Amino acid sequence: MASVTFDRATRIYPGSEHPAVDKLDLQIQDGEFLVLVGPSGCGKSTSLRMLAGLEECSEGRILIGDRDVTRLQPKDRDIAMVFQNYALYPHMSVAENMAFALKIAGVAKDERDKRVRDAAKLLDLEPYLDRKPKALSGGQRQRVAMGRAIVREPRVFLMDEPLSNLDAKLRVSTRTQIASLQRRLGITTVYVTHDQVEAMTMGDRVAVLKDGVLQQCDTPRHLYDRPNNVFVAGFIGSPAMNIRDFPLTQNGAMVGDTEIPLHREAVAMAGREGNTVTVGFRPEDVDLAGDGQPGVPVEVDVIEELGSDAFLYGHLPGANPLEDSPIIARIDPRSTIKRGDTVHLAIRPHHVHAFSPTSGERLPDA
Amino acid sequence: MSDILTSSMSKLGQMSLVVVVFFAVLLIVFFAAGRATGRIQRPVAIVVFLGPAIVLLLAGLLIPAIRTFVYSLYGASSIRYIGLKNYEWAFTDPGMRGVLINTVLWIVITPILSTAFGLTLALLSDRMRKRSESVTKSLIFMPMAISFVGASIIWKFVYQYIEPSQPQIGLLEQVVLWLGWKNPPNWLLWTPWNNFFLMVIMVWVQTGFAMVVLSAAIKAIPADVIEAASLDGATGWKLFSRVTVPMIRGTLVVVITTIMIAVLKIFDIVRTMTGGNFNTSVLANEMYSQTFVQADNGHGSALAVILFVGVVPLIFYNVRMLRKERALR
Repeated sequence: MASVTFDRATRIYPGSEHPAVDKLDLQIQDGEFLVLVGPSGCGKSTSLRMLAGLEECSEGRILIGDRDVTRLQPKDRDIAMVFQNYALYPHMSVAENMAFALKIAGVAKDERDKRVRDAAKLLDLEPYLDRKPKALSGGQRQRVAMGRAIVREPRVFLMDEPLSNLDAKLRVSTRTQIASLQRRLGITTVYVTHDQVEAMTMGDRVAVLKDGVLQQCDTPRHLYDRPNNVFVAGFIGSPAMNIRDFPLTQNGAMVGDTEIPLHREAVAMAGREGNTVTVGFRPEDVDLAGDGQPGVPVEVDVIEELGSDAFLYGHLPGANPLEDSPIIARIDPRSTIKRGDTVHLAIRPHHVHAFSPTSGERLPDA
Repeated sequence: MSDILTSSMSKLGQMSLVVVVFFAVLLIVFFAAGRATGRIQRPVAIVVFLGPAIVLLLAGLLIPAIRTFVYSLYGASSIRYIGLKNYEWAFTDPGMRGVLINTVLWIVITPILSTAFGLTLALLSDRMRKRSESVTKSLIFMPMAISFVGASIIWKFVYQYIEPSQPQIGLLEQVVLWLGWKNPPNWLLWTPWNNFFLMVIMVWVQTGFAMVVLSAAIKAIPADVIEAASLDGATGWKLFSRVTVPMIRGTLVVVITTIMIAVLKIFDIVRTMTGGNFNTSVLANEMYSQTFVQADNGHGSALAVILFVGVVPLIFYNVRMLRKERALR
């Protein structure tokens, strides 16, 4: 077990000017479960592969514990990796797959067998130890890949979208299993995913990347409540936060015909840049305004029923619903609102996020 | 001059006539078959499309094979029935024993050497840059495009023997003279090593084939499996022997057996280089010599049957491996 440090780690692919990972600074605590998340091409997999030693560091350093591993071979870094397609050896049985690294390292057969049996027990793989990967289901293969990593007893686990090949239901249950397994073993884990729900549910902390640049690294709660910028605000949360530019007023922003109050400093900072401000509010921070109360009028395009919740997708009057991103609000699933209605939405003032319309950075709110 | 011209013109005319008649017959057959309707439509279609192929297979393959087998039970001029005497001769005659030993040596050594070289080259070229890889591969594959006879003539120059005191044209002799071998032998007369000099030609031709097929198999190994192996600590020789080779095992076997089949039938190289003299004859060459030089149909046919019986199990095995391979994907 060990901490992991990315120290201005940069990866520039040959023939490309734009770095795939740009000066990544990240401290991962001993025993922590850190999730790297971002849209495809954001550099999250590259960062993980740099830590694994499968990609070179163009600049900067990577440390595991106190040891600088930047120039070390993958096999000398004492890490284990779970690949997206599992990368099992097709010519070896499950037991041989799991024992392979130990065999190469020259661990005695008794010890090897014991460790494989222990891992198999932990992962419910005991009945399949003699089977070839071909004869296993996707979920079982995924567990073998996990087992192969566990058997090594490495200092760091690396996981590269290990759930993306499972069906939706299995993905949810495996997600929980991996998270609880990691907590039980206490091994530092770096986990890559493009799925923000996975990131939020599994990670102790979540690092959001975009275009090779770290946007924010925080606990899931903090990431959700206080996103650093427009990108993080829009990426974390499902359905996504409503974000758009509104005219700036003396005390806040004019949303429809309602003024939303913003922090004095936020208004001042936005005022220096122009006469608009970017305002974001989550779908659940919206109430239906009663008769006679002020609210933003919204024409309803779609009602999405999820059983426990329902989401209203609509547009401001006069806006084109096909061009603008919709305004989304969580509503009571038993409500009688239907397509074509006009509703008035009251935005909870203390749950509004304000961002600079030029840089997209968060504006002060306290 | 004009005679030749007219005769070749008339030949051309005859040929065109044959082609025209052929297509006319086809047209009539298809037209007639096209008119068939109802219950006879299917059987007619089967006969029209399958018939010619079956007739050609019968006339070109099956009947000659059966006749060869029958001849192998008859004497030299295919008149007197002599039972298995020809086979007895093939396995007991002292001259034939040399031929069989040579054939076995060929079958064992050539495929192994070709595959070993091919595998090495495939691994090395896999590490090259894309451009130089394709150039290198093309160069190594080139001999495959040369006929065995052509290759043999090239190598005949390499093995050319001239008195050491005279100016040399043989590459091999010149090189060993430079290396200080004062009195090298005439390579192609030097029994039993001359057999190996002939095998070198076959290896030279087949290495390219082995390399291309094995290279494709190596490239088909998923990159993440190799990466997983490198994380597991398998590098260099361990990676090669524990991961790469087991994962291309099926292809390796197919390559070896395919070359074996080619070697079992090898004829041209021996014929061109030595004519089977100086103890270099192999089964296929001996078959030819017995039939067309010694005019002994019985001996020739018996050797042909032995050759056939040797190849069949290899082909069966090969097809089975290929099927298994396909099932894996």
